[in-house]
Amino acid sequence: MSIEVQNISKTFGTFKALSSVSLNVPTGQLVALLGPSGSGKTTLLRIIAGLEQADEGSGSIYFHDEDVATQPVRRRQVGFVFQHYALFRHMSVFENVAFGLRVRPRRARPTKRDIRDRVHRLLALVQLDGMAGRYPSQLSGGQRQRVALARALAVEPKVLLLDEPFGALDAKVRKELRAWLRRLHDELHVTSVFVTHDQDEALEVADRIVVMNEGRIEQIGTPDEVFHHPQTEFVMKFLGEVNAFHCRVDSGRVQFDALELPFPQERQQIEGDARVFIRPYDVTIDTKTNGLPSVTAEVIRIHSAGPVVRLELRTATGQALAAELSQERFGTMNLQVGSNVYVRPRHIRVFTSA
Amino acid sequence: MSHGIAWKQRSVLPGFGLSMGLTLLYLALLVLIPLAGLVLFTGTWITLAEFWDKAVADPRVLASYRLSFGASLIAASLNGVFGLIVAWVLVRYRFPGKRFIDAIVDLPFALPTAVSGIALTTLYARTGWVGRWLDPLGIQVAYAWPGIVIALTLIGLPFVVRTVQPALEDLDHEIEEASASLGATRWQTFRRVILPTVFPALLTGFAMAFARAIGEFGSVYFIAGNMPMKTEIAPLLIIIKLEQFDYVGATGIGVVMLVAAFVLLLVINLLQWWSRRYQA
Repeated sequence: MSIEVQNISKTFGTFKALSSVSLNVPTGQLVALLGPSGSGKTTLLRIIAGLEQADEGSGSIYFHDEDVATQPVRRRQVGFVFQHYALFRHMSVFENVAFGLRVRPRRARPTKRDIRDRVHRLLALVQLDGMAGRYPSQLSGGQRQRVALARALAVEPKVLLLDEPFGALDAKVRKELRAWLRRLHDELHVTSVFVTHDQDEALEVADRIVVMNEGRIEQIGTPDEVFHHPQTEFVMKFLGEVNAFHCRVDSGRVQFDALELPFPQERQQIEGDARVFIRPYDVTIDTKTNGLPSVTAEVIRIHSAGPVVRLELRTATGQALAAELSQERFGTMNLQVGSNVYVRPRHIRVFTSA
Repeated sequence: MSHGIAWKQRSVLPGFGLSMGLTLLYLALLVLIPLAGLVLFTGTWITLAEFWDKAVADPRVLASYRLSFGASLIAASLNGVFGLIVAWVLVRYRFPGKRFIDAIVDLPFALPTAVSGIALTTLYARTGWVGRWLDPLGIQVAYAWPGIVIALTLIGLPFVVRTVQPALEDLDHEIEEASASLGATRWQTFRRVILPTVFPALLTGFAMAFARAIGEFGSVYFIAGNMPMKTEIAPLLIIIKLEQFDYVGATGIGVVMLVAAFVLLLVINLLQWWSRRYQA
């Protein structure tokens, strides 16, 4: 079941949470709404679910071809997973998962035996089969969230919506669960949208990422596209660490700090004042100059504990610059705090100053 | 730890010994010693036959028990239903005068019960503002058992509202959204999700309102009419017995009420423990 969001706006008092957002989620995809808090991603998810109403006169929402904008949440057949699980604490795990089936009108309700079978199948799917009789208070956070997922899947939802599903879990469990969610999705293929502010989570799990900022969509694309080909300054900055400098673009040449480089993008060229962005791993550090354009910098700090070595540098003009290099290369260079190095950007991106 | 049960745990805030000692002293002086005295007095000064005749088998006494416990039960049940609604409105909605209504709920706590009794009597008597409309319909409130129920309901109301209110405030809005997203109707959400969650608190409020109603005397005294066999509650009968210097009868009734109240509260506590079984 595909989801089509057309020109949805939402205002809370004077705060514009969403400004005319349109989005298409193809059948069977797992899509991440990624953005900082206040970007409108949760509001958009809740409007898709029917937990929130879009502004009067704004656009509509379609599940496949059906306009669901006027349907209340209980008729939309969505599975919704909350950040804080929202389990029914007075019900056992079994009862929680069975809830959506038990509240159906009598003629649509499965028999007791069917309910039991289905609940146990789902609990096996989320690897909690032995826990049917427990209460939510007796489970860990990761287990609770899997119960919540089984409960949402029990009603055979048209779409699965997850609001920061791993946000309340600690880092290790979060990593395990997101890999597991990806495998589960590959098994079930139910159209899913999840909200996250964690770019690693979005990049790792999603088929497509919708980057949101201040109530608007900045970019939609595969993890590769948004990471390697950011179309806006915001996307560039939000997905990973960047060094930013003011620059001037003059007939295809980008001038910043003491450097002049060719304008890099395949996209439309710009002129005048702009900002240039360099990822820390997109710079080459040398102790000697080799004739290629570079700037000199001083090593301020070295973080060598980790898979890569991170350097904090200060260029000759006094600008801060972060750089990353491999442990092997670092080992051959004999760098100390205070060493002078030559820094050469391998890859830059230029966006007009907002 | 070598003991089977850990009596006390080391804590950054010591004081178990002191606070537990004060608790025991306080309860002993105020509750335990007077009540134990009552039971002891009954046990040593009254024979079983006397006790049976005066406090159990006497039809007038029996009628008063029925009235006291029956009316209290009805009053507490009414409070259970309407107290929940009042608490719901106070927690869930914002409206002008909300603070005023919130304050009014506590009024029955502070009002001398005689005052509320007289006020209710004036209102519900045959010529009163409300009574005059009920009288042609053949409904008698003042000087009949419905009047007793109303008086007991009034004094029990704050208990239910004040115990249910925090439980409703704690209720996570998301569980209602979860319920709705799973296809539940509003009624199903209330019946299967909200009510079971606040039920322990509701039960506490019910128990307190019920206990308070059993012991109430002042307001009922004015509205009941106090006719033997009809509108005479047990606490009143105790006074009557005392005025007749029938100390044995008065004590006997006291013991029966004490035991009955204790058993009822025990049952309610067990129910409550059962309804909280999901809390680890």
